[in-house]
Amino acid sequence: MAAAVQNAPGLHDCRDAFAKTLEALAEADGRIVAVVNDSVGSSKLGGFKKRWPERLVNVGIAEQNMVGVGAGLANGGKVPFVSGAACFLTGRALEQIKADVAYSNTNVKLAGISSGVAYGELGPTHHSIEDLAWLRLLPNLTIVVPSDPWETAEAVKAAVAHEGPVFLRLSRMPVPELKRPEGARFQFGKAEVLRAGTDAAIIANGVMVTRALVAAEALAEAGIAARVINLSSIAPIDREVILAAAETGAIVTIEEHSIRGGLGGAVAEIVSTTRPAAMRILGFPGFAPTGSAEFLLEHFGLTSEGIVRAVHEVIAMRDGR
Amino acid sequence: MLEKISQTSDERIAAIREKARIIRRRAIQMVFDAKQGHPGGDMSVTDILATLYFGVLRYDPAQPDDPARDRFVLSKGHCTGALYATLAEAGFIPLDELATYMRPLSMLNGHPNRNYVPGVETNTGPLGHGMPVAVGMAIAGQIDGSDRRVFVVTGDGEQQEGSNWEAGMIAGHRHLAQLTLIIDRNHLQQGARTDETNDLEPLADKWRAFGWHVVDVDGHDHAALLDVLGAPVGDRVKPLCVIAHTHKGNGISYMVDQVQWHHGVPNQEQYELAMEELA
Repeated sequence: MAAAVQNAPGLHDCRDAFAKTLEALAEADGRIVAVVNDSVGSSKLGGFKKRWPERLVNVGIAEQNMVGVGAGLANGGKVPFVSGAACFLTGRALEQIKADVAYSNTNVKLAGISSGVAYGELGPTHHSIEDLAWLRLLPNLTIVVPSDPWETAEAVKAAVAHEGPVFLRLSRMPVPELKRPEGARFQFGKAEVLRAGTDAAIIANGVMVTRALVAAEALAEAGIAARVINLSSIAPIDREVILAAAETGAIVTIEEHSIRGGLGGAVAEIVSTTRPAAMRILGFPGFAPTGSAEFLLEHFGLTSEGIVRAVHEVIAMRDGR
Repeated sequence: MLEKISQTSDERIAAIREKARIIRRRAIQMVFDAKQGHPGGDMSVTDILATLYFGVLRYDPAQPDDPARDRFVLSKGHCTGALYATLAEAGFIPLDELATYMRPLSMLNGHPNRNYVPGVETNTGPLGHGMPVAVGMAIAGQIDGSDRRVFVVTGDGEQQEGSNWEAGMIAGHRHLAQLTLIIDRNHLQQGARTDETNDLEPLADKWRAFGWHVVDVDGHDHAALLDVLGAPVGDRVKPLCVIAHTHKGNGISYMVDQVQWHHGVPNQEQYELAMEELA
């Protein structure tokens, strides 16, 4: 993405909130360690390393080993944050995540950095738009896709407080801090209704939440009241909020992920078997062509305009027009 | 574990040998009853397990989660016949539980599950998983300045999995002296000899090149195993790789070095012969 966007006022790289929160927690809790695959810089763990060099385990470029080492550290009473580029962490070490972390049910926290198409021009090898589909299948594993710095920080705190495996899908795309009601609380398994509306529901997470809110604003001007839901917690999932959204009869999901098996798939599994509604699933249909992250999101219609179009389509589908 | 202190060396070795005999019998019984299992590998690894559990490891079966315990990981997770029989003999699981081996809803799955079986540290089964986890255990000890030791057993065919070498490289780099890798070197993998499949040699040189101290030992000689595995870490700064030279199916005449016993199941006649030989 362009540096100008990255540095735009009011926008944040959620990795900063991740690193800052982890350091604050690690100061009080000696069990917290970090495990990286030569990814100190990309995980923004330089500060952590400087403060606690003995608690930062860099295994080198070896993801299978990185995840296994995380499980071994948890066995020794540590709370390891295994942090690396989401594409390699989840793809390369999938069986370790399955056997050593999820099936063994170990207290390992996986931080998938720069998920989605954040690596833009580096191409599909470096995109991580399959991770939710892969990991959503694994029992015991909590999966969270934070939308902004506040939620990233809260998810890190919740991960430490939770005894068991967690996957945090973190982005490096610049996002604004969302406006939330006073006293808002983050909880695994709880979705957030950020805007009320009964004509349709837009369900998003991660960097897409802001776009969903912009879309809802545009729809309101056209007389359509769209509910906006931040479904940051993919597992466990908030069935109640999803089924309430299905009452609108028109749902659009949007995610920085494949259209198969991610947030949209998770919502469709619940809606189609319990309270069917018209749906559109927005995401990536396949390997992405060359382009910056911003370009790719535009190219595939993962924008507020794309959401507005999709909401009109699902309403038409629902109404049989 | 305390009883061994009052024993002479010969008595200890005789006691370990007797444990190994009991474990072999129980493992064969389990495989025969379940009509499935991996008896060849069970017989290959039994003397290593008996030496570790009854001569080397510090543990308390009443407190399987004691933070100070030594850690053991059976990376060749298919050899649960020997592992469960050992854990039962060591007091982690009731003896009569062994009769449920691989039965519906038994806690004794074909591959070990730490969430059901006390004494199991991590779930293994897919090969090449034990080493990275054991390395993590040893790093945790290193961070804590603990003297607890970590032992991991892999098969020799299992050494073909690349994750072992990822883990071995960082273990050498970090001087994880508390970590011991034992390779059950029986020269047979599931389908053929290791040297016909993907030759491991020169195996000792490979581990030396990765920064490990390597020792060869007869993997069925309890005294030799005890010497190597029971020796204090002392001034050694490198992790220890013990290449335990073993025979698949050891202890049962018709199984020895026969590849088909990787997951063969004895018939009635073979079962009776095995029990006779292990009497």
